[in-house]
Amino acid sequence: MSEDVTLEILRYRSELDSEPHFQTYTVPYRDDWVVLDALNHIKDHVDATLSYRWSCHMAICGSCGMMINGEPKLACHAFLRDYRHDVIRIEPLDHFPIERDLVTVMDSFMEKLSSVKPYVIAKQKKALSDGENLQTPLQLMAFKQYTLCINCLLCYAACPQCGLNESFVGPAALALAHRYNLDSRDAGKEQRADVVASNEGIWECTFVGACSDVCPKHVDPAAAIQQTKISASLDWFKARLLPGAHR
Amino acid sequence: MSRRPYTRKVKRSWWLGRRRYVVYMVRELTSLFVGLYCALLVVGLWRLAEGRAAWDGFLDALSSPLGVLFQLVCLAFAAYHSVTWFALTPKAMPLAVRGEPVPAKAIVGMHYGAWAVVSLIVLIAAGI
Repeated sequence: MSEDVTLEILRYRSELDSEPHFQTYTVPYRDDWVVLDALNHIKDHVDATLSYRWSCHMAICGSCGMMINGEPKLACHAFLRDYRHDVIRIEPLDHFPIERDLVTVMDSFMEKLSSVKPYVIAKQKKALSDGENLQTPLQLMAFKQYTLCINCLLCYAACPQCGLNESFVGPAALALAHRYNLDSRDAGKEQRADVVASNEGIWECTFVGACSDVCPKHVDPAAAIQQTKISASLDWFKARLLPGAHR
Repeated sequence: MSRRPYTRKVKRSWWLGRRRYVVYMVRELTSLFVGLYCALLVVGLWRLAEGRAAWDGFLDALSSPLGVLFQLVCLAFAAYHSVTWFALTPKAMPLAVRGEPVPAKAIVGMHYGAWAVVSLIVLIAAGI
């Protein structure tokens, strides 16, 4: 006898719906299926109008983030077997406008991400012929963890501050700023500080810690933000207290 | 076809649904009691400046059942606040010695150690 699983999926099609509503689907249960497989089954065999983002099916691309029973998760990383005998309720990521069904509008994040200049700002222009910028394993270790971010935005959906204050730069962008600030090849800390050390930057964070709990790549953005708070505070004091310092 | 994205509002009860948010809100609430106890200390200084009778009155108020209850509640919340803060310190203050990260337990342990030393100094200074 084959088993079934019931999925309640939040639907919103702006040309048809004035507001989102849940639609129930039944899919066959497979021990090795993740929620994304169930969504693909619906798309291919039940209802082709269902919209959602996905690409790699292996927790690398960061496209299939959604709320699964109220928790932000990658649909490719959430096995049906972990929700046995439950109705699985699937919604688009919290704290983002819904474009269509499970697809969210990510424009605000893209702007925040670019605002922290997430790239190496070199100390000095260097000709290609001068060779590569060398880095020791120790220097790499200082920031490697923060390079693992896949921009899946689960942290934004988990963070209550992101929901309560739209202008908060948010966990992933701040963790990436920290990643470049810690990079021995980088000299852009001061340029990033205008955004990072502002009220809408690190100081909007109240250390709920949910961003790190839900991160599928164990980036630990909460740690990055707290470390940036300490570093920004020290910079603030140094700029005012050290002899000859000026701002 | 024009776009019409839908924005869902955050409910006032957002923190009630998940344990991690409830724990966070309780931690935020503890700050209120830590603040109240600080205010109590300020009142104590103020009474001390007013003279012996005022100071004795303040001490009597502290040792009344209501005063003791208030201090016990503040102690419980302050302890909760401190313990949860110490648990978070390895994230905020990661240490490395000769390139090797110091284990989280050691960082938390150092905070408890510092707490014990400061408490001892306070007790010695108070002559207890």
